[in-house]
Amino acid sequence: MVVHVFIFKTNLNRVFFFLSKRVRMAAAAMNDVEDDDEEQLSPDDENVISASEDEEGSDDERKHAKLLEAISSLGGRRRKKHVERSEASVQVSEFSVTAGGAEEKINLCDLLGTMEKTPGAPSKTKKQLRNLQNCKETLELPLSKQQTEKIQRTVAYEKSTKEVSRWESVIIQNQKAEQLVFPLKQEPAGPKRMEQVVAGWKAQTPLEQEIFSILHSNKQPVLDPVLTPMEKAAIKAMSLEEAKIRRAELQKARALQSYYEAKAKRGKRIKSKKYHRVQKKAKQKEFLKQFDEMMKTNPTAALEELKKMELSRMEERMSLKHQNSGKWAKSRAIMAKYDESARSAMQEQLQLNKELTQKLVVPSDDEEERRAEEEANALPDFVNEAEPVPDSANPWMRGKLTSEASGPDVSDEEEEEEQEEEEEKLLREFERKRKLRRNEEDDLAPQPREERGSEWSLPASEEDDEEEDDEEEGAEVVSEFNSLFNRLMQSGRAEPQQIQAEEAELLDEGLVYVRTMDDLEALGQDEMAGPSNAVPDPHTQTPSAEATTEPPSKKKKEIDPKEVLTKEAKTITVPLVLTAVEEEEESFAEQAAIIKEAFAGDDVISDFLKDKRKQEEAGRPKVVDLTLPGWGEWGGVGLKPSRQKRRKFRLKAAAAPPRKDQKLPAVIISEKRNASIAAHQVSQLPFPFQNSAQFESCMRSPVGQTWNTQNTVKKLTAPRVVTKLGAIIQPMAKEDFLKQKKGPEAAKQGAIPLRGTRKKGKKKDSR
Amino acid sequence: LLYIVFYGVSRLILRSYLKPPKRYWEVNAGEENGEAENTDVSPNQDNISKEQPDKIRDERRQKKKRSHGSFISGKKDPFPGEAPIPNEQLKKFQRGEKFQVVIAFRLGKVKETILRSEAASDLALKQAARYDLLLPEESGFLEGDDDEDTCTILQEDIADAVDITSGAKYFNLHLTQFGPYRLDYSRTGRHLLLGGKRGHVSCIEWQTKNLTCEINVMETIHDVKWLHSEAMFAVAQKQWLYIYDSKGIELHCIKKFNNVLRMQFLPYHFLLATASATGFLQYLDVSVGKEVSAIGTKLGRLDVMAQNPHNAIVHLGHPNGTVSLWSPNQREPLVKMLCHRGGVRSLTVDRSGTYMVTSGLDRKLKVYDIRAFKALHSYFLPAGASCLSLSQRGLLSAATGDVVQVYRDVWGGGSMSKPYMAHRVRGAVWGVDYCPFEDVLGIGHEAGFTSMIVPGAGEPNFDALDMNPYRSTKQRQEWEVKALLDKVQPELIGLDPGLLSKVDQATFEQKHKERVEALGYDPLATEKFKPRLKKRGRSSAGAVERRKKKVAHEDQKDTIRKTVEERMERENERKVKAQEQAEHGTRTALDRFKK
Repeated sequence: MVVHVFIFKTNLNRVFFFLSKRVRMAAAAMNDVEDDDEEQLSPDDENVISASEDEEGSDDERKHAKLLEAISSLGGRRRKKHVERSEASVQVSEFSVTAGGAEEKINLCDLLGTMEKTPGAPSKTKKQLRNLQNCKETLELPLSKQQTEKIQRTVAYEKSTKEVSRWESVIIQNQKAEQLVFPLKQEPAGPKRMEQVVAGWKAQTPLEQEIFSILHSNKQPVLDPVLTPMEKAAIKAMSLEEAKIRRAELQKARALQSYYEAKAKRGKRIKSKKYHRVQKKAKQKEFLKQFDEMMKTNPTAALEELKKMELSRMEERMSLKHQNSGKWAKSRAIMAKYDESARSAMQEQLQLNKELTQKLVVPSDDEEERRAEEEANALPDFVNEAEPVPDSANPWMRGKLTSEASGPDVSDEEEEEEQEEEEEKLLREFERKRKLRRNEEDDLAPQPREERGSEWSLPASEEDDEEEDDEEEGAEVVSEFNSLFNRLMQSGRAEPQQIQAEEAELLDEGLVYVRTMDDLEALGQDEMAGPSNAVPDPHTQTPSAEATTEPPSKKKKEIDPKEVLTKEAKTITVPLVLTAVEEEEESFAEQAAIIKEAFAGDDVISDFLKDKRKQEEAGRPKVVDLTLPGWGEWGGVGLKPSRQKRRKFRLKAAAAPPRKDQKLPAVIISEKRNASIAAHQVSQLPFPFQNSAQFESCMRSPVGQTWNTQNTVKKLTAPRVVTKLGAIIQPMAKEDFLKQKKGPEAAKQGAIPLRGTRKKGKKKDSR
Repeated sequence: LLYIVFYGVSRLILRSYLKPPKRYWEVNAGEENGEAENTDVSPNQDNISKEQPDKIRDERRQKKKRSHGSFISGKKDPFPGEAPIPNEQLKKFQRGEKFQVVIAFRLGKVKETILRSEAASDLALKQAARYDLLLPEESGFLEGDDDEDTCTILQEDIADAVDITSGAKYFNLHLTQFGPYRLDYSRTGRHLLLGGKRGHVSCIEWQTKNLTCEINVMETIHDVKWLHSEAMFAVAQKQWLYIYDSKGIELHCIKKFNNVLRMQFLPYHFLLATASATGFLQYLDVSVGKEVSAIGTKLGRLDVMAQNPHNAIVHLGHPNGTVSLWSPNQREPLVKMLCHRGGVRSLTVDRSGTYMVTSGLDRKLKVYDIRAFKALHSYFLPAGASCLSLSQRGLLSAATGDVVQVYRDVWGGGSMSKPYMAHRVRGAVWGVDYCPFEDVLGIGHEAGFTSMIVPGAGEPNFDALDMNPYRSTKQRQEWEVKALLDKVQPELIGLDPGLLSKVDQATFEQKHKERVEALGYDPLATEKFKPRLKKRGRSSAGAVERRKKKVAHEDQKDTIRKTVEERMERENERKVKAQEQAEHGTRTALDRFKK
């Protein structure tokens, strides 16, 4: 390319038109023309060259000189060269143009002269060219550098403003937000679904690929639906009802378990030996029943159980239990001589011992027999322990049978009975006292006895019953023996009833229907502490009685209501009047007179009013008199400055605001400002507020924990900016806020939803 | 005989004043009269047509909620949205007035701030009202049968009728040896401090009847007071004020506080206020052991004292029938009110700081509203009340001689005519105090101490973060630290405790005056010119005077110059204005005479 540029230079000096495709004309208007020309001319380039070669082939020297010249011209500064024509020819080439001399300029018409003639040129181009030719306007001078730069700057500024202003809303939003959580773009907390985690992940390492291929081959779902259709169906299949039922079942099971645990705990804590003994017995019985069944169904397990029983027998043999060697047994032994029951009790014990230490027979031999025996053994145990005095009035015997109740039969465990008797005695005593009291009340208030009794004593006694029941034995055991017991009872009822009746009569006669210390004591044994059972004060009763009979109420008005203490007093009748006053028995009028007399000397009210006046005086702003006698007029002894002058020089201060106690005659309120709190107050209205009412309304509700619920405090004291620990806080990206704009919910993400509540509140107000 | 009749007929009834709260299963039945219910419920559903679009949106939101909720089964929530809060409950927790935001607010920033704070306080209010549900306890009361006075029911009867633990709260301590007793319950209500006139001091955990310590200080005792916890107490003895710990070990003898007659402890400020026989009201900061202020009241012997729990103002009663209100920040009484013709014998202030009850030598009992300083009621007691005390629930106990009367509805409604309860003790009453959080009134008298059951006296719901009667040692220690951190400074004591949240609108002069007073000099005053000492006779008196004269009225001259300039300017302005007016204004025929 370079080469043929040179050649052209030689031929067509100063014609830069064709120099290169890359050389562009400055004028934009020329663009079209140029393009057209190029298209046309480029294929002709070679022809031109060849033609020139033909012409100048003869004289190489000249050519060489020219070339050298051209090359040298390339190097340093381009020298202006006088071009002269060496040949006398009109036309150098088909496009050749010559400007006459060095000074002459080429006109466009010169260049385009041939255009008109060329037939191949498109008419459109021609037209354009013609227009251009006719156009007289010259191109404007390019603007100065400063000006262009300024324009460029303004344009750039506008552009960047536009760009930046898109952020404005987001920034304002963030400024206004009550809380910002950084990083702004946070993924929702909590566990993700499997699909979300898996979605963006691809198998890369060969191992992973291998695993995946295996999984694929097994048709395991890898990506989106992690559940197989079967699993989904299964999940769906569990309906709400089913779920509910299942939940209920679980709940029930849990509740039962907890009940059982609680019961076991309670049982464990009970200290009563008897209770445990009974429990043990019941268990044994149960066990035997089970054992029988087991014999039939599962002989191997039964054998194991048998072994266990053997073990217990061994233990019994090792111990000294039931050997009549205990403390109780020894005492019984002494008594045995005289007391038949003691003897029989000892016998019983020995029997038990024998029974326990006896070698067990294989139970399969005689089932029925053994069972019968067992029952026979079990029954009397429960029956015998009962209290020997059945009484209809006794709550223990009324209604359902309790464990203690039984006939007057011989008991088998006397130790227990002894204790039992003590308790019974106490209880009986209680009952008796209650009954007495009831009688007493009946005497005073003529009401049917049954009702009163049921009201007062029954509930209490029943409660006692229940408590005892709970403590000593489970209720279920009792129910089994209910019927049996009844049968037994009927046989041995008659005698003791008689005795009881007699006893009751005796008691009735022996005591007067008066509450005594004993009575109170017994009643309050478990309820009251010492001081309560003191005898009611004799003079606590008398005044009350007097008060009811002759109430000392005589309404009395103030004698001389002055301007200050004008409130009329209301007399209160007091049921318990002072002992001293009672003796004196003054009338209220007399009292008032005495009071008046007593306070006649010190005039409290006028003193107070004087004090108040003084305070008011002190608070009033003072008039400053600046008159100087003798200035501007005659002065001397006995001469006073004129009135006019005095008026002129007397400075009157503004009237003080009305006192707070202006309308309260009996009150002096200090007008002094509390300066100490002023140090902690806001002395100037803080920024956004326009008046103090606004500020005070904002300060009215406290923030602290003492006055608010935990949640409120948390919300009110939430930090302005929250950053996630360890997370990188990226500058906000364009995409973020664009997305935010789309979804307004996302914008609120950080803010605390106080807004919602506020809106609601506002609505309410407007209604 | 009467006694027995009462026993048979009277009943102790614990009944709620309020209707039982509505249960969810009762709502269906109540739907027929639902309209009536809606009226006293904060308007949640009843929309006015003016906000039609809003209503629609509301409905939509609710629908959305419904569809969002756990109603896959298709069941409908019969009570959509939040449960409504009764207006009364809201009113109970309302603090101040709501600021009405004008719609045409110019500045967005103010509006934003106000709206936000309103929203916050609204939230706080609602939450508090909602959480009120968690205070389930109700106070009891005593109710007699028809035409039976409750005041005739004896303590023994009550003790018999109530459960064992409550019954055990009625007891007597026969302490005849060491004279009339003053008493104080600790703020939790677990500990009782007794101080006998003749030197006997004992701390009792009165519910368990556990004696913590018992000493005899071998001096006259005027008053006893628990400090912030049950670990320390103050005893005003014959001459000095002493502080003992719970084991009876003397911790301090404060000789700055002499001849103390009465004491009050301000729990949130940790201040022990003492009133002495010499007429001094002194404040001791218990947390740092410093005297905060000592005010000479010049009002004689101060043996009647009470504190206002609402604003920690100390009330003193005087022999001239006045009651004065004091704060440690002011040397003069904040308020002085004339209450009685004779001297004031006793006074007490209600828990909310609204009412004050006083009794005087003129045998009157007066109830004051101390917000307005006006007497509400005045009663004439046959024998004036010597000791007064108000319970947490507003029961007033007044001791007249050896009888203690308890009054109910002292300020509410009409005037009372007879006491609610009455009890006679075995000697003149020296001190009465209600036990916090218990229905118990402690009476200290000549023959010892009596604990009396007064149903409905104590606050049934306690704030465990503030005062927990069941707190453990660890909790007490933690509370102590927190309370110290939250200690309110004595400067903040004033009649209006809400003053802190208000803008100080004092004028500049006022503030300056206060500043001068506080600093002892005027920081803004210009320094007086002092001529430099020159030598060689140039500092002779005449020369100094001459030099002084040069600058004598410099500042005055300045001000004169300034004012003259201003005046000139004004004059010029006026002239210019007049000229303009003259040019522009319509010329009248008379204008030609103007120069």
